[in-house]
Amino acid sequence: MAGMFQKVGEYAHGGMAAVRDALAFTGETACAFASLVVRPRSLRLKDAALAFQRAGCEGLPIATLIGFLLGLILAFESAASLRQFGVEIYVADLIAIGLFRELGPLVTAIILAGRSGSAFAAEIGTMTVNEELDALTTMNLDPVKFLVLPRMLAAILAMPLLTIAAEIAGLAGGMLVLQMMDVPAVAYWTHVADASGVFTISLGLGKSALFGLLVGLVGCSAGMHTRKTADGVGVAATSAVVGGIIAIAVADGLLAVACYMLGV
Amino acid sequence: MASAEDDLIIAEHVDAGYPGKTILHDVSFTVKRGEVFVMLGGSGCGKSTMMKHLIGLNPVLAGRLVVAGREWTWANRREILAKIGVMYQSGALFGSMSVLENVLLPLEEFTKLKRKEREEKARRLLGLVGLADSADLMPGDLSGGMKKRAAIARAMALEPEILFLDEPSAGLDPLTSNALDDLILDLRKREGMTFVIVTHELPSIFKIADRCVMFDRARHAMVAEGSPQDLRDSCEDMFVREFFARGEVK
Ligand SMILES: Nc1ncnc2c1ncn2[C@@H]1O[C@H](COP(=O)(O)OP(=O)(O)O)[C@@H](O)[C@H]1O
Ligand SMILES: [Mg+2]
Repeated sequence: MAGMFQKVGEYAHGGMAAVRDALAFTGETACAFASLVVRPRSLRLKDAALAFQRAGCEGLPIATLIGFLLGLILAFESAASLRQFGVEIYVADLIAIGLFRELGPLVTAIILAGRSGSAFAAEIGTMTVNEELDALTTMNLDPVKFLVLPRMLAAILAMPLLTIAAEIAGLAGGMLVLQMMDVPAVAYWTHVADASGVFTISLGLGKSALFGLLVGLVGCSAGMHTRKTADGVGVAATSAVVGGIIAIAVADGLLAVACYMLGV
Repeated sequence: MASAEDDLIIAEHVDAGYPGKTILHDVSFTVKRGEVFVMLGGSGCGKSTMMKHLIGLNPVLAGRLVVAGREWTWANRREILAKIGVMYQSGALFGSMSVLENVLLPLEEFTKLKRKEREEKARRLLGLVGLADSADLMPGDLSGGMKKRAAIARAMALEPEILFLDEPSAGLDPLTSNALDDLILDLRKREGMTFVIVTHELPSIFKIADRCVMFDRARHAMVAEGSPQDLRDSCEDMFVREFFARGEVK
């Protein structure tokens, strides 16, 4: 019995420590971002560009593929029902709204968490284990500014890019299905244009940038808190993916509620 | 002759270790400017732990620490770090940069040297540690000893007042190790650099060390302090005499 209480206590204590670490890390990162605004030239541009290439450009194929399949599946599944009422053209509205508002950013963010959140954690985690972070610290270089900021920036910028690619591919997938059902392309794109609009699209892109920030934050934090054990880097990479997806889901839920309350 | 100003490092009643785990109790010593100071002891006795306190990575559990003439506090952090260079036991080279880029990094971040001057200086430093022909290799392609030498070049880049070296000659062949000792003595003579070195190599200790302290893992304490000759000839502690007699810790 006492053992059980002790376990619960230990878990709670461990959980609190994790939350405290995350908050401290978020604060440090915010400070580093603030100092970057004051002195933009202190950014390691080369590292940021490399991280952007890895997270963004090299992620394009998979984002496009998943987006395309998503559009295809959405169209097939909804067309069957809508067809019974002879309004399969509304598949276009469904896909446009679904992708731009919700699925585009969400699915892309999950891809980013799996591809890049884990990579951030593994890269920074390996450096932690090799004492490279200690070396930075004693060289008077701030590891957050040096390692975290370039990757966070890359994630924030890569997300909208990947999201747009996924959305365009998704729309193309939907069109393919409707073409098979003899709906003219012009009608399809007219409906897409009517259903979306600048506001919807930018809302989605803003969301995707936020998700990018979360994935970067969780991934880098996991890397910085890597334990110096044999499985340390593996554990960090796993917790970057899991933590990243949880952060995305929670943020998405909160945003959905906020949008509903604001009526947008 | 020796004034308080010459005491670059002062440890006063320091408890070394990690939160909730004391490795060494009540350690006190001073290091004077221009000295080669050696920390000795069996593996796992807390040499690297003590070094991490000295370079400010971990706070001491108790006691007071002065480095480069300043109390180790958060406010003094940048000033102290600007005066020290560190070579870690593993080398801790940045794996994503070539050897040359590793040495260039501190020069890029903290000096106003032009690109060509920086590169010249970095190559000269690499030459000093015998790595002139390995400048463009990645750290992953170096042997353990080469990594350490590259790390020493990086630590020397900003001409620090104090150079901390964690087991610089472990894993080096006798020739290179000897050359390293010569380099240390030369730097001390020419630049007045102060060294804090963790090492086990007896010949090297007798050659370079002005003073050493010895830690004992079993007693969790510093058990001796003095010049290597004194410790060998007249230390009362069996453990210490045995080390100097046999050249190893049992
Ligand atoms: N991060 C850490 N947390 C807790 N204990 C540690 C940590 N790192 C090392 N130790 C312990 O501290 C002791 C001294 O280690 P260290 O200073 O590395 O020894 P060495 O004298 O060989 O350099 C060892 O018993 C080791 O297990
Ligand atoms: Mg050690």
